[in-house]
Amino acid sequence: MANSRALPAHARLRSGRLGPLWDLFFRFGPLGWSHYIRSHWAGQRLVIAIPFLWLLVFFVVPFLIVLNISFAEWAPLSRPPYEPVLRWLEDGALQVKLVFASYTYLLHEPLYVSAWLYSIKVAAISTLFCLLIGYPMAYAIARSEPSVRNIYLMLIILPFWTSFLLRVYAWIGLLKNDGVINQFLMWLGVIDSPLTMMNTSFAVYIGIVYSYLPFMILPLYSNLEKHDQTLLEAASDLGAGPVRSFLRVTLPLSIPGIVAGSLLVFIPAVGEYVIPSLLGRTDQLMIAKLLADEFFMNRDWPRASAVATVMLLLLIVPIMIFQHFQNKELAAAKK
Amino acid sequence: MKSRRWFQKSALLLGFAFLYIPIIMMIVYSFNNSRLVTVWDAANSPTLAWYGKLFQNDQIMDAAWVSIQIAAMSATAAVILGTLAGLVLARFGPFRGRSLLSGMSTAPLVMPEVITGLSMLLLFVALEQLFEHWFGWSFGRGMITITIAHITFTMAYVTVVVQSRLASFDDSMEEAAMDLGAKPAKVFMKITVPLILPAILSGWLLAFTLSWDDVVIAQFNAGPGSNTLPMVIFSKVRLGVSPEVNALATIMVLIVGAGVVLSALYMRRAEKRRKREEQMAVANG
Repeated sequence: MANSRALPAHARLRSGRLGPLWDLFFRFGPLGWSHYIRSHWAGQRLVIAIPFLWLLVFFVVPFLIVLNISFAEWAPLSRPPYEPVLRWLEDGALQVKLVFASYTYLLHEPLYVSAWLYSIKVAAISTLFCLLIGYPMAYAIARSEPSVRNIYLMLIILPFWTSFLLRVYAWIGLLKNDGVINQFLMWLGVIDSPLTMMNTSFAVYIGIVYSYLPFMILPLYSNLEKHDQTLLEAASDLGAGPVRSFLRVTLPLSIPGIVAGSLLVFIPAVGEYVIPSLLGRTDQLMIAKLLADEFFMNRDWPRASAVATVMLLLLIVPIMIFQHFQNKELAAAKK
Repeated sequence: MKSRRWFQKSALLLGFAFLYIPIIMMIVYSFNNSRLVTVWDAANSPTLAWYGKLFQNDQIMDAAWVSIQIAAMSATAAVILGTLAGLVLARFGPFRGRSLLSGMSTAPLVMPEVITGLSMLLLFVALEQLFEHWFGWSFGRGMITITIAHITFTMAYVTVVVQSRLASFDDSMEEAAMDLGAKPAKVFMKITVPLILPAILSGWLLAFTLSWDDVVIAQFNAGPGSNTLPMVIFSKVRLGVSPEVNALATIMVLIVGAGVVLSALYMRRAEKRRKREEQMAVANG
């Protein structure tokens, strides 16, 4: 593998389907560089570098820019609308101007404080409902006949492939005052006048649970499916009833699945924008909506960046827990 | 035991009802003649009127074309980048920066869309300034910026799918090929890619769907004249229910439904064939 320059040309050109392409690439590249890659060619460095650089440039650098702008001063009349934090002065000195105004505003303005609390409350309640609906379903699928299991799983995943936006939209037709649910209930005679369900927190819970349910069920299923049935048999041999053996055996074993599923629902739900915009209250905003309004309507980029930074800081712990479980899951799959 | 079966059956039944009734109602009302979407006009329904109106709506049709282009481009690029990232994470063992790469490639899975959208936009604004400063010329925001943003957040899904597929195989076949003198690029194309082809295909479809579906990130990164389909739907739906959207949704559900069922059948057959071939190989070897 050491140096493929030693090989005759035809052998070099036929090294895999990528061969000729690479060869042209290297032949016309700067000499020292192409030699370097050739001699290290398990191609490793290059293969690592491509996704690495992409993510660095388009995922990490943007956050640094957000962080930077969050400390800038808002200047509504300039383009872009902020005073840069770092600036080269005429005499060659570097001026650093950190402004904390956006952050102090965020932490003291009641509108923001209530939006934070409300977002977390909505995400937590929706996650709980997702778990209450998703766990029995995941359990039932994991315990069903292997022949129908794949069909059930496909039915769970199918809505996920259809447009998220349109699925949220579908609920408007159901929840409206003259919507399907109200008409049905009035026809049954359960209620006389329509229930107000649109533009309430209840509608947001439904929207989030409905959209994120597959994210709860799939990790739970993949955990529950792996459980060793002999443990349950042992529990029942030792005299445990079904409820007790569920509480003492199945539930503790499924905690990694519960954590992964809950985080997959909770984290994006805190920053949910579309669902509360379509179904939610108009008098109580969630934090993502505030961020977007701050950016698009007030054109206050520093404040929008500060909201994003704080949101990221709040979510970084759950995100890291999620990654920890994700890596464990992958390591377990390897064995 | 019997009572538990009953409990499981009803949990599934209720759950699936919850998942599917809204979609079914949406489909039913797309055939309704009344403009008041939720009032069933029994005399004149079912009708295909809204489907006709949908195809005459230039705004929706143009936006759909923009969305298809963006989704196809970003899915293709995301599959290439995501497959490389998945391969590196699953096969390359420890190297400096591995945990950073693994962090960077799973974080977008759970990152709230507003954060991704805002940060990408601010990057593009900064790049525009740099370009203008250096070249006196700059790219505008539009399909290109949306595509780059979509590649970045969809490649995370491809990475996870490919990585977990690779984790379910050991690397003995790849090693055997290496021992027999195949170059890494050849091993990759002849052994690894066929093994993970199902993951690559479903990664592409997943990336396409996610891009096709995204409102928030597109809204942040769009420029004049690059309205995607979800952006148009979102602004329409905010003003109230629209029967044309019901018709559009029905078409999309049918296409996706057919696609998912067909690909599931195909994957099952491919998997069976692979298992059989493996068994044959073992028996003959």
